[in-house]
Amino acid sequence: MRIGVFICHCGSNIGGTVDCAKVAALAATFPDVVYATDPMYTCAEPGQAAIEEAIKNYQLDGVVVASCSPRMHEPTFRRTVERAGLNRYMFEMANIREHVSWIGKDIEANTNKAAELVKMAVAKLRNNKALHAASFDVNKKVLVIGGGVAGIQAALDCAEGGIPVVLVEREATIGGKMAKLDKTFPTVDCSACILGPKMVDVAQSPNITTYAYSEIESISGYVGNFTVTIRKKTTYVDWSKCTGCGACTEKCPSKKTPDAFNEVTGLTTAITIAFPQAIPKKAVINAQHCKKLLTGKCGVCAKTCPTGAINYEMKDELVTETVGAIVAATGYDLVDWTQYEQYGGGRYPDVITSLQYERLLSASGPTGGHIVRPSDGKEPKNVVFIQCVGSRDRSIGRPYCSGFCCMYTAKQAVLTKDHMPDSQSYVFYMDIRANGKLYDEFQRRAVEEYGTEYIRGRVSKIYPDGKGHLIVKGADTLLGQAVEVEADLVVLAVGVEAAKGAARLAEKLRISYDSYGFFMESHVKLKPVETNTAGVYLAGVCQGVKDIPASVAQGSAAAAKVLSLFSKDKLQSDPQISQVDIKRCIACGKCVQTCPFGAIELFDFRGQQKARVIETVCQGCGLCTATCPQGAIQLAHFTDNQILAEVDALCQC
Amino acid sequence: MDAINLSHKDAAFTRAVATRSGQSVTACYQCGNCTAGCPAGFTYDMPVSQIMRGVQLGLKDQVLNAKSLWMCLSCSTCTLRCPNDIDVAGIMETLRHMAREQGQVSVPKVNKFWMSFLDTVRIFGRSYEIGVMALYMMRSLRVFTDVDLAPDALSKQKLGLMPHVTPNGGAEAVGRIMQRFKERADREGGAA
Amino acid sequence: MSIVYYPGCSAAGTSSDYEKSTQAVCDALGMSFTPLPDWNCCGSTPAHATSTELSAALSVRNLDIAAKMGAEKVATPCPSCLSNLRLAKKRMEKPEFRARVDELLDEASSAELPQTYSVMQLIYEKYGSEFVAHRVQRPLKGLKVACYYGCLMSRPADIMADFGHPENPQVMESLLRACGAEVVEFPLKTECCGASHGIPERQLTANLSGKILETAQNMGIDALVAACPLCQMNLDLRQKQAGKAMGKEFALPVFYYTQMMGMAFGIKLSALGLNKLVVSPEPVLKKWQAALKEGVCE
Repeated sequence: MRIGVFICHCGSNIGGTVDCAKVAALAATFPDVVYATDPMYTCAEPGQAAIEEAIKNYQLDGVVVASCSPRMHEPTFRRTVERAGLNRYMFEMANIREHVSWIGKDIEANTNKAAELVKMAVAKLRNNKALHAASFDVNKKVLVIGGGVAGIQAALDCAEGGIPVVLVEREATIGGKMAKLDKTFPTVDCSACILGPKMVDVAQSPNITTYAYSEIESISGYVGNFTVTIRKKTTYVDWSKCTGCGACTEKCPSKKTPDAFNEVTGLTTAITIAFPQAIPKKAVINAQHCKKLLTGKCGVCAKTCPTGAINYEMKDELVTETVGAIVAATGYDLVDWTQYEQYGGGRYPDVITSLQYERLLSASGPTGGHIVRPSDGKEPKNVVFIQCVGSRDRSIGRPYCSGFCCMYTAKQAVLTKDHMPDSQSYVFYMDIRANGKLYDEFQRRAVEEYGTEYIRGRVSKIYPDGKGHLIVKGADTLLGQAVEVEADLVVLAVGVEAAKGAARLAEKLRISYDSYGFFMESHVKLKPVETNTAGVYLAGVCQGVKDIPASVAQGSAAAAKVLSLFSKDKLQSDPQISQVDIKRCIACGKCVQTCPFGAIELFDFRGQQKARVIETVCQGCGLCTATCPQGAIQLAHFTDNQILAEVDALCQC
Repeated sequence: MDAINLSHKDAAFTRAVATRSGQSVTACYQCGNCTAGCPAGFTYDMPVSQIMRGVQLGLKDQVLNAKSLWMCLSCSTCTLRCPNDIDVAGIMETLRHMAREQGQVSVPKVNKFWMSFLDTVRIFGRSYEIGVMALYMMRSLRVFTDVDLAPDALSKQKLGLMPHVTPNGGAEAVGRIMQRFKERADREGGAA
Repeated sequence: MSIVYYPGCSAAGTSSDYEKSTQAVCDALGMSFTPLPDWNCCGSTPAHATSTELSAALSVRNLDIAAKMGAEKVATPCPSCLSNLRLAKKRMEKPEFRARVDELLDEASSAELPQTYSVMQLIYEKYGSEFVAHRVQRPLKGLKVACYYGCLMSRPADIMADFGHPENPQVMESLLRACGAEVVEFPLKTECCGASHGIPERQLTANLSGKILETAQNMGIDALVAACPLCQMNLDLRQKQAGKAMGKEFALPVFYYTQMMGMAFGIKLSALGLNKLVVSPEPVLKKWQAALKEGVCE
């Protein structure tokens, strides 16, 4: 075999603490190495050209590049060697930057270690074999999980690109959190007015099938060929008959049902349509409050319904869809702020969340857009906003910034003044994070034009003074003093966390999530939409906190990823997968149990049970190879022989 | 106010406070929650959040001279509500210890009251209210302290007239604890 | 398996009424304690403000004697003693700290020191409100009260975690409701009263106690119920000082919770030390007795 070795300086990144020329000189002495050099930037165009040239000039049949982490540039160099006519797997990479130059300053030790890593790479390469990808068909249909603004955008963009979309939404209507907002920053335009048309587009698009009031039951398969089971939850209303006329909601006698869409700022009926612009505009019965379902006596809605859509016997239904890609856009929920006992723990009616305040501000909310105190229905004069409740708080395990609270608080302060010119708003904040387009200007307007009093400090306690006011005990750290406000209404800018059930969904999708439940992107900077599972993409707050513009952008980005995936009729499978040597296999089934992807099955081979790998499902994790007691499973490109050759090389150093 | 020259900050002081209190001083992001909730804050010359800032910046003299250290009630509200899980009350206590070791007691009357209390414990094994008051009045020369309470306190027999002594040699044992403590503090260079 | 009783210094002085009523209530419930005759002062704030090791040494001497008596638990009515005794036990888990403290003692302390509990917690955990309600003979009918715990009954949070939420404990409320009282949620139940600064810094304590009394009075209650000798003294004996600080006249009786429980249990009022309350409890007692009579007539 004829091997060429390239020891990259990476400018001074590696060259500063590794003697690259010396490593190249040593590499030239390793078995089968016929050419070794130390370019300044191997990944740059001239660097890649030099590799191609060397392959031709020295008739190389294998290449080692010692440079950075393979995460970024292994695909780059594989393409390089391929251009020069080699199989892409006749290439090895030694990481002498993250594993050597960046972590030690001792040039001699670094140089030795770099040489050892190169020696291992050469030893492995000598055992490499050309591998070839298989190709398979793609089902050009996409599943979007979550019908908030990010999911809506992803669905619309895919549909526009001619792709059939299955949109699954947990609630009875799409629209997500944005549908609950009154106005949006920094332009103060009506949320329903800008989201509504998009929701209608979803309803009218021939390419989009929406399952509202439904959840994902299970997912199997792999990129290009997923099978999804969807649980349609019981609505007790046959939606194929329901026209959304609302007659049932007018007649329903259970008028004291907490209104979930209005964030329980008001009451509704047991049978409801979430809000006037709901999509789909269909009724749902809340089983916990329906007299008929609880006691068997009532049935008013069934009598009222002109189309006979009410069905008290209805049960959950499972449907199956097959898709080639999935976009997760499950959004967020608010942190449970009632753990803040110092803010009343939820016992003071006039301490509410900012989302509840949105409903009070909204013309379609329970008060018709009139701001009143929940306790006595009176208009408040002093309104106190408290930021970072459940954000940037390690003591409750939520150390991160929720990103958009600074801005919506400024917006709410502005709207408060608009609604009630005689009111005074106070905002307790720690830092103003207003880094979007036109954001800082907007926040300054809240201060300068709307007279909002911004006070830099956290609030220690809220308590009723017994005379109808809430005393807000805070600090003005700029003044270095404790301050108190006699408030009529307190609005908490409650932080966000991943939507309830996000972790369970991540497990079904086989994607990673962080300790707060947010889904992990493939690369925090360069692959913010992809996940580590091929064919699964992310959009919106489920990946990390972001506001509406960013959620919409990511929704579009996810759609672009889906469209580019679907631009090919066939996909290539990664050949770095497991293979069973059936001569050695004793069908013990341990590999079947251990495989996290369900990629191994037992089959009948001439009357004997044997294991086999489903090529398209195997992700090449290698768990089975470590589990197999017979050593009957080998992972291509990471065979025992290849790894032992590396170990051997290291032991000889 | 002169500018504080931060290039001469006392990093050793910051480290000492962190080590002795076992707290991460850098975790404080100056939200002011401790100041907001501090019940004694209105008597402070330096609010507790600024004491935390002073510790971060190594402003040793300013911090150890603060009257706030002696007005602190040890109620630990600051600790309870700190979003960064810092035991702020523990840091205040550490600073009190350090200030006392350096002989910097900025509110002598509070310290005199405490010393008077400990004197009665040293002698009797238990505190003795009238004794504490008498010693405190002598030390502070504030002979009319709480004289307005005397009628109620006496008529309701709030004050035991005779000291209670820990029996079975207990008072002496307590005396020995205090003696050993004082000797060790002297030996180690701290003022007890 | 005995519970050793540590009364604390104020039991013999300013809060002998707390001590009396505590004993009476525990007797009535059938809770028995082993006395700790040689107990010494825990050192209170003056000790821990001087040195953590001195404070621990004073507390550990008591815990060590209790350990040698075979105590499973130590009980104390006083939250300040409770806090010191608990903190000392916790800090003694660190070997270096233990060695420093042992150096101050006559002999090295026992390896296992008993945990300390407030009498309130023991009553609540051992008997529960149902049993307490069962024991009630003269329910606290018609009385609207608020519970005030002060700082140290539920804090520091890490050492008092077994008592409930440090901002909103509910034990005293449960016990008093079991006794038939109407208990309002008092938002300042764990705010500080000014503690021992009453003597050297009267204004500080007067202000803090004043705020507590003002909010309590605004709530239209008949009495405030306390569980700490120092808090009770600041709110009761110093109520006039607090009133002056706030520019208000307060007349809010401040009971110990054990006095209220004792009343409900039908214990003779003289055995509960009600005569030691500075702000007269008479209006409360009259209202209560009238409500009881009305009940009989019905």
